[in-house]
Amino acid sequence: MSVITPPEDVAVPDTHEGRDSVLKRLGNTQSVWILGVLLVIVAFFSIAAGGKFLSTGNFSLIAQNVAVWAVLGVGMTFVIITSGIDLSIGSVLVFSSVVAAKVMEQVGGDGWGTALIGILAALISGLAWGTINGFLVAKAKIPPLIVTLGTLSVALGLAQVITGGIDVRSVPTAMTDFNTFIKVLGIPSLPFVALIVLIIGGIVLHRTKFGRYTYAVGSNEEAARRVGVRVDRHLIRIYALSGTLAGFAATMSLAQFGTTTIAGQSLTNLNVIAAVVIGGTSIFGGEGSIFGTIVGLFIPAVLQAGFVIIGVQPFWQGVAVGSVLVAAVYVDQSRRASALRGASSTNPLRALLRRSK
Amino acid sequence: MTQPILEAKGLSRSFGHVRALTKCDFDIYPGEVVALIGDNGAGKSTLVKALTGNLALDEGELYFQGQRVYISSPQEASALGMEVVYQDLALAPHLNPVQNMFLGRETPRKGVLGRLGFMDEKSMKEAAIRGFDELGGTVRAMDAPIGSMSGGQRQQVAIARAISWADKLVILDEPTAALGVVQTKNVLDSIQRVKAKGIAVILISHSMPHVLEVADRVQVLRLGTRVTTLKASDATVEQLVGAMTGALDKNGAAA
Repeated sequence: MSVITPPEDVAVPDTHEGRDSVLKRLGNTQSVWILGVLLVIVAFFSIAAGGKFLSTGNFSLIAQNVAVWAVLGVGMTFVIITSGIDLSIGSVLVFSSVVAAKVMEQVGGDGWGTALIGILAALISGLAWGTINGFLVAKAKIPPLIVTLGTLSVALGLAQVITGGIDVRSVPTAMTDFNTFIKVLGIPSLPFVALIVLIIGGIVLHRTKFGRYTYAVGSNEEAARRVGVRVDRHLIRIYALSGTLAGFAATMSLAQFGTTTIAGQSLTNLNVIAAVVIGGTSIFGGEGSIFGTIVGLFIPAVLQAGFVIIGVQPFWQGVAVGSVLVAAVYVDQSRRASALRGASSTNPLRALLRRSK
Repeated sequence: MTQPILEAKGLSRSFGHVRALTKCDFDIYPGEVVALIGDNGAGKSTLVKALTGNLALDEGELYFQGQRVYISSPQEASALGMEVVYQDLALAPHLNPVQNMFLGRETPRKGVLGRLGFMDEKSMKEAAIRGFDELGGTVRAMDAPIGSMSGGQRQQVAIARAISWADKLVILDEPTAALGVVQTKNVLDSIQRVKAKGIAVILISHSMPHVLEVADRVQVLRLGTRVTTLKASDATVEQLVGAMTGALDKNGAAA
């Protein structure tokens, strides 16, 4: 049964209040759509593999695989909302982990003191790379794609120069034990660290001036400039944030693997970008959410774990994720196009809900 | 109406060999709507830029409420209580009306949270709704992104933003250029309401009937200078066009 919905202008006389619910705002975004896709994937594997897929062990594995990318994804979400891109995160992660490992090697010891110095070193290294990126993007006006492609190469190159290309394994046991032995609900602690970063990132993006300006810069840079937003400074801060989070992710990676991962991060940037974009953050800027990024991160991780469990070659994960990525952007764009045509209710999901009332 | 809120005397500016403004005068009184008309290239935009600190002058003087002022940046113009609504509106399409209205001037939450950058969404929303209601309230969906709204609604958001920050003077650059009949009428109504608040309005427009409908006075620019000032109640479209093109020349200046 269908109800004819009157045009928006007539339908809402003077009801300014009460339409601002988080649920509704989420319902308007692509992230809800894609959450549906994720739930379908989870349901599929649950039926196909049953208890094996739904086990704590499996989810623990998935969460661990997602943790490092999630931290990177927070920074990437901010960057992409400004209509930028940061290709350098994987290399900055490698560089920062090398710096941290080297510093911790020099300091010596296996306790938390050493670990904290290492974490600090990684954060500073990440902040420095991010600031360089931001400065080149905002002040030198070089396109972010080029800037971060450059720092991708430079940071990885320098990491290899420092180490001679051989991974450093001097990670204090305090750090590796953190992930191995401290568990919450049977899941190692790293994913919870990532969760905290995600929550803080979400609050900053959706609740503070910093987040508001991030959307404004991505939506209409000139408009932001004219009302007095310091756009250049904001962009530098955004890239610095992304770099710093890559530094933090480096320490998580060290804790997880007990070694630097010089050769292991070459596709990290693209995987994180894919997750952010699948989650509904628009590559054209002005739109996106941390919630979407979380969902976008889980799709590849769940697919991979699921394929292994049901015995499909895990290589299919790449095929599936790539397809989801293109489909997600296609849906996003058609939504955008119909929004430009002036239709007010363009989300297919919402339209569906409305029709079934 | 004793003292002009803003007065310009003998503004001149050249770009190389092109004289964009030649000893151009301008004046507007509190709560008055002055239309600024002229053919393309007559110097309307240059004059507005000069009045709002977006353009350095070769010579000329600006007086704000009788005081000599030197406005060298848009921020200084804002500080005096002047705002410009540009033709492109300068709105962020992905943000909603409230967010656009307060962009760059968000109300902080009280206490520590405010210092951390948290915003008082509730009070901003209420203030925005009051602002839109003052203009006749065609903007209703406070949560929808501006990009999904009609041109008239966007115009109204831009005007509401301007008057919520400017208590003295608002400059509207071609506010009705891209609008339909109903939306144009809304914008013209809005101008009347701004005027009723005691805020002066400079209206730049190519549409003579609109100019005559809402303006108190019409100042005509040609070749970078003010050729005449007419009282809108006495003027006709023919007179305005004549002054713009130079056919009438300074005969109408008696008004």
